[in-house]
Amino acid sequence: MILVAIIALLFIGGILAWFTESINPRLPRVVALFTVSLTLIFMLTLLGNTGAEWIASVEADWIPRFGISFYLAVDGLSLLLILLTAFLGIISIGSAWDEITERAGFFYFNLLWTLAGVVGVFTALDLFLFFFFWEVMLIPMYFIIAIWGHENKNYAAMKFFIFTQVTGMLMLVSILVLAYFHYVQTGAFSFNYHDLLNVSFSGRLEMWVMLGFFVAFATKLPSVPIHSWLPDAHSQAPTAGSVILAGILLKTGAYGLIRFAVPLFPAASMEFAPVAMTLAAISILYCAKVAFAQHDIKRLIAYTSVSHMGFVTLGVYAWNEQALQGAVMTMLAHGLSAAALFMLAGGLQHRIHTRNMPDMGGFWAKVPRMAIVALFFSVAALGMPGLGNFIGEFLALLGAFQANIWLTVVSAFGLIFASVYSLWVIQKVFQGEYNSSKFDDSHLSDLSRREMLYFGAMMIGLVWMGMYPQSFLDLSAGTLSGLLSATTDAAVAAVEVAQ
Amino acid sequence: MTMTLSDLLPLMPLLLVTGTAVLAMAVVGIKRHYTLTVLVTITGLLLATIVAATMMSSTNQQVTPLLIVDQYSLFFTVITCASAMFIAILSYPYLQNLQDQREEYYLLLGVATIGAVVMVSSNHFVSTILGLETLSMSLYGMVAYPVHVKDSAKFPLEASVKYLVLSAAASGFMLFGMALVYAQTGTLAFSSVVELVNGETEGLGAGFSVVALLMIVAGVAFKLSLAPFHMWTPDVYEGSPIPATTYLATIGKAGMFVVLLRFIEASDALEFEGVVLVLSLLAAASILAGNLLALLQENIKRILAYSSIAHMGYVLIAIIASFYVEGSISVEAVTFYLLAYMIMSLGAFGVASVISSSETERDHIDDYTGLFWRSPWLALVFTGMLLSLAGIPLTVGFIGKFYLFFAGVEAALWMLLVALIIGSGIGLYYYLRIVYRMVLKADAATPLTSNGAASLSAYGVLAVLFVLLLILGVYPAPVMNLIEVISATI
Repeated sequence: MILVAIIALLFIGGILAWFTESINPRLPRVVALFTVSLTLIFMLTLLGNTGAEWIASVEADWIPRFGISFYLAVDGLSLLLILLTAFLGIISIGSAWDEITERAGFFYFNLLWTLAGVVGVFTALDLFLFFFFWEVMLIPMYFIIAIWGHENKNYAAMKFFIFTQVTGMLMLVSILVLAYFHYVQTGAFSFNYHDLLNVSFSGRLEMWVMLGFFVAFATKLPSVPIHSWLPDAHSQAPTAGSVILAGILLKTGAYGLIRFAVPLFPAASMEFAPVAMTLAAISILYCAKVAFAQHDIKRLIAYTSVSHMGFVTLGVYAWNEQALQGAVMTMLAHGLSAAALFMLAGGLQHRIHTRNMPDMGGFWAKVPRMAIVALFFSVAALGMPGLGNFIGEFLALLGAFQANIWLTVVSAFGLIFASVYSLWVIQKVFQGEYNSSKFDDSHLSDLSRREMLYFGAMMIGLVWMGMYPQSFLDLSAGTLSGLLSATTDAAVAAVEVAQ
Repeated sequence: MTMTLSDLLPLMPLLLVTGTAVLAMAVVGIKRHYTLTVLVTITGLLLATIVAATMMSSTNQQVTPLLIVDQYSLFFTVITCASAMFIAILSYPYLQNLQDQREEYYLLLGVATIGAVVMVSSNHFVSTILGLETLSMSLYGMVAYPVHVKDSAKFPLEASVKYLVLSAAASGFMLFGMALVYAQTGTLAFSSVVELVNGETEGLGAGFSVVALLMIVAGVAFKLSLAPFHMWTPDVYEGSPIPATTYLATIGKAGMFVVLLRFIEASDALEFEGVVLVLSLLAAASILAGNLLALLQENIKRILAYSSIAHMGYVLIAIIASFYVEGSISVEAVTFYLLAYMIMSLGAFGVASVISSSETERDHIDDYTGLFWRSPWLALVFTGMLLSLAGIPLTVGFIGKFYLFFAGVEAALWMLLVALIIGSGIGLYYYLRIVYRMVLKADAATPLTSNGAASLSAYGVLAVLFVLLLILGVYPAPVMNLIEVISATI
């Protein structure tokens, strides 16, 4: 029931936030902060129960005609991700605190509904319900970009929506084929994850059905060649929107790959793995290169996100314990570091009204705290040992090395490129000559205490992940080894049938 | 054959609707009173809705060879009468300031509803034509209703004449097809076509059977405005007063679709490969043409017209699927999608009608700029309807689309599913375009006129539709069960 409570709380909190605006325009943000903090506390209570395979679950009939149930469940992997969701939810509310003054009620409504959709995605184990939440999180995100975005918001919001929605429909068809096969093989309709794991395919169909899932998740991830919505969406979204997009929404794609795309179709995924890993390697190198060429600081960070998420794809399709742990670790660490970088970029834009890097320079003297924070997160993003990102990417590469040596070697160059563009940003923005003629620096102030609080929390998170990753690895280990052994059995069975 | 009282009982809803029209006429004859006429119409339609709903569980009877009153037809009688009632309520503020006689409009509306009820209950070519023509004749009048008004915003006469001429031509096609069927089988019941399909009749030969069926299909396709028979739709939609457009787009389409569904189910017409091919092409062409042509329209009515073309294409997929799928899932898909389509179209046109009046139609996309901040509830309803048309979850349109996908997957109609996905993808663009206008900054220069207290009931209708949209989108199980039961009887 606690899962229902968490999701319901976010939905209701959103509606409350909207209505309280008419009482006092400052009230919505308080309501939102209170709601998300409460959900975070609820989630933390789940930590006490981590022994079992499913920490919490709830199941009820929803649409019996098609065997659809309202089935939510949390295991270690889901728990890590929903904790990340709630944590970044609080951070994003903080980043919007002063920035969003217009129509704040509707803004926080959308923010909370996006979070509710994301928590639903991370916990749904009925594929129809999963798809339902998958789509539910899009609409509020569309509004966040379209209403509070920057100069080219209509284009960016539309592109974001159409990319994710169309590929989502491909996934819907795949889900339906899966459910239909289950019906043919057992005589009963079901969208239950555990039931659908037993569906067997013959011939090429499994590959096509798997591709439906893969395309939807790869779009969200995103992976080359369907990544082009992301730089637009990120650069146009308000800061809080970018934080949620980069920190949480991208992770739903990676989660989908780990939870659904590979376990449901182990044989086809094994066959497809070299292609997926090649795409991942291309994402890592190509987007690192493109990031280097950007002038718009938010676009730059957006491309680095694509590059870093390439390590996640690489890890998932290597499909062994180290690689998967690395993928999950990268998801968590990148969630924090990308969110922090977007907040810094958003903070800069809020202060000097430009995102154009050639105009900037020499800010170290003006805003020293901000410069140090930026340096910390840039160094984290480039994979400095001792911080979370290093653990993630190192493990991912270690695992991938066992699966495909050449692609791993090529991908490892991504780490070098990451150092280049990360330090490049620091040089461009914070070092060099200060030239105030190119922008209005009347509002250029250093980070406030409140902002330092958010960045401090994220720093602690990254250091924790880097210094004592075991506490995170332990949580997800059970889930991942379960998935691994299940797919190995299925793959062995498939090979035996083929012989 | 003699009619007894027990034969008349199942016809109660039809008789009630007829009575409503007659009574409204009598009221107009005695004393012209706008509000009274409207009230009579609304009450009559409400009564018919309730009676049809109560009869649904127990009635299953062929009344004369012409009409079948079973659960399925009663289900659509309920939907038709309820929609007609909603349209009557929406028309009330809209026509309030018309500089002409306003009462006869409700007569036409009542008579059109008689035609629609006959259509959803017909399994015989004669009743189909009777219902169809009754509906169309009244619609010509409704479309042209503000024709005497000097500065009427639109071109009602052009729309009406266009609709009249093309519709008559389509009816001609259909009648000729029916005549060919009759020439071979000697009866006009839908089920007679089975004999054609099985080649049991001497007649003119299989070639003529296909021609007959295709002529009927062409006539139906025109009425449903399936591409390439869709040319009239945007012009007629744009030229008519909004309530008439609503009627045309909802009841007019759904009635025809029920006829098509019954015809396909009763006749096995899909045994002919040619018919399947033609229907598939019609579906794919409608989906693509409808969505592509809607992209750059600036007029809300034209956008909705093109989108309705696409939606009819979507539903056709389920009709085609019914041939390949055992069980009734595709019939359920058609039924549920039509219900969803009625709700969202009524809602979308309803919003346009609430902010318009017979003097000033606000159907340009710019009229909706900033609606979210000027009148949030209205904008919320409109957004809901548009997202539902786009098939986004939490709305009934998503469940409808889910049904269609399911039917398509079961029948393995991959190419049509690809068309459906591409079409829906394109569709997102123009629906979101309207939504985006609504969330833009309000333009204070053009304040919304309101029809005052008269609009209150219209707002009520919108609220009911919005609640239905959400409830059926989140918890559709009860309605699904109902539809499963009634679809088994068809």
